[in-house]
Amino acid sequence: MSQQIIFFILAAVILTSAIAVVTLRNLFHAALALMVSFLGVAGIYILLEAAFLGMAQLLVYIGAISILIIFAIMMTRRLMQTSESPFNAQAIAALIGSLIVLVIMAVVVARLYPLTPSTDSMFASATTVDPVILESSVARMGRAFVSADAYVLPFEIASVLLLAALVGSIIIAWPRSGEEDNL
Amino acid sequence: MNIIDLIKSIISLDLGNFIRRNFGTGPGTELLIDLGGVLILATFCLLIVIFLIWLERKVIARIQDRIGPNRVGGRYGLLQTVADVMKLLTKEVINPAGADWITYNLAPILVVIAALLTWAVIPFAPFVIGVDLNIGVFYFLAISSASVMVLLLAGWGSNNKYALLGAFRAVAQMVSYEVPMILALLVPIILARTMSTGGIVEAQTIPFLLFAPLSALIFYISSLAETGRTPFDLLEAESEIVAGFHIEYGGMKFGMFFLAEFVGTLFMSALFATLYLGGYRFFGLENWVSADGYPYGRLIGLIVFFVKMFAVYFVYIWIRGTLPRVRVDQILNYNWKFLVPLSLVLVFVVAIVDKLIPNGTNQVVRMSIHLGANLLIGLAAIELLRRRGRENRLAASGGPGAGRPASPDSGHGHEAAPAHDEHDLGEALGAREPITVPIH
Repeated sequence: MSQQIIFFILAAVILTSAIAVVTLRNLFHAALALMVSFLGVAGIYILLEAAFLGMAQLLVYIGAISILIIFAIMMTRRLMQTSESPFNAQAIAALIGSLIVLVIMAVVVARLYPLTPSTDSMFASATTVDPVILESSVARMGRAFVSADAYVLPFEIASVLLLAALVGSIIIAWPRSGEEDNL
Repeated sequence: MNIIDLIKSIISLDLGNFIRRNFGTGPGTELLIDLGGVLILATFCLLIVIFLIWLERKVIARIQDRIGPNRVGGRYGLLQTVADVMKLLTKEVINPAGADWITYNLAPILVVIAALLTWAVIPFAPFVIGVDLNIGVFYFLAISSASVMVLLLAGWGSNNKYALLGAFRAVAQMVSYEVPMILALLVPIILARTMSTGGIVEAQTIPFLLFAPLSALIFYISSLAETGRTPFDLLEAESEIVAGFHIEYGGMKFGMFFLAEFVGTLFMSALFATLYLGGYRFFGLENWVSADGYPYGRLIGLIVFFVKMFAVYFVYIWIRGTLPRVRVDQILNYNWKFLVPLSLVLVFVVAIVDKLIPNGTNQVVRMSIHLGANLLIGLAAIELLRRRGRENRLAASGGPGAGRPASPDSGHGHEAAPAHDEHDLGEALGAREPITVPIH
């Protein structure tokens, strides 16, 4: 029961801050609201006993991506004095799109994790996970990344992709020959 | 429930079991114990700062041949900081004109929260730990990485260009030095086969400082930069940008930044003691349980841990009193062109070497092999830097190597290499490379 209460609090925080992100006029405040939203998602991960994922969320989304976003906001001129309305005329299209996503997700989740007959209440006690699995979850994940019968191929492809992005950014930032570095 | 039992429980750091014995077990009791533990740990962290500030002032004064605080509270000025805190608390609360109210006031609160959160994973004595997460070290990294954000909040919210400059510097420095820090912390994780701080302490029959001195050194240097202490105190360089991101803060709001800095530094000392010096371990004495069932050994463990932690902390103060501040381009070049490659090589070598050593090998043998590998890497790095420095010197003085054009980034490795003579040192300091970093 207490887990459900915490879940609803977290969900309220995530949704409120997500709405704030798109409606706030001050872009810096919008970026801050986005961070609160990320923090709430990290809380959900921890609630689901996926502490490693929660901490990775904190490290990557708040420690890196948010800082990148805020730097972009600060470096862009006159972005702070925007006077346009945050709303446009595509509300109906957005509603249809998000409804479709909601239906797809509901179908997929219901197929994968159907409510069992004995606990058909939403407030039933949480599924318990074997503590042995929890204790070694990080090691299991690490092994899954590099073992041939699990995720080694996606993992390596993602690594190559990141490396390519890294090399590309260095090449773009590299001063052209003969060009005076005027920083 | 009797008094002697209570006293014995307190001395043996076993108050939780005392409460369980007397009030029964149940979720309510556990909640009470948890809340009490949080309260004790947080209060300790906040109060120890009063002592830390006094210690820092006194030690720095001695290093600089002064006396330091010597009036308030007796000959040694023990109450000087208490008076200072009283002064900070009674100051007027000021919100600068044009400051962003939410951001400006949120930053000092968040910075203290972030500084206190990390203490949850420090094992003070056997079983005396906030939570022994199986991702303890990663938890610390996540919190410290997220807390970089707070400095940006403070710098932007103050509506002051010096504050913003300081925040930019802080972010550039802390985000960069996170990389070698994470890589260096991988080494004790590899050696202990776990990320839990408690597990790493248990794995150190021989302190990891002897296994991986290079990793300890890299971690120490990066932690200096992460906490923004001299020689990496560019983020608040008084002579350049006045006080950096907290320039607009006064009274207790400033006090909270100050507090977070000291708590953070002490935490780094605690983490260093935990990961590299064996934490609370003291020849097995820390697990001693007396005949009447009280684990008095925990107290020994606690004392040993504090001695180690303050020994490391003393080195932080020592460095602050000894080294001058470095330039922005030096700080970033030193990180990206020296520390990161070195720690990458170190992680690869340690992982391979540790895999090659068969399981069940004597710890001393294992230690010697690791130590040898570390020394080899260290010597190779120094030799490489020395060679590069010599080439640059020759190129600059028109010697045999003058025909080669010096690459634009040459010479940055200088500050890491121990200069072999006065000339070399002067050459290294006088290197006039253009500042290639957009943050200054």
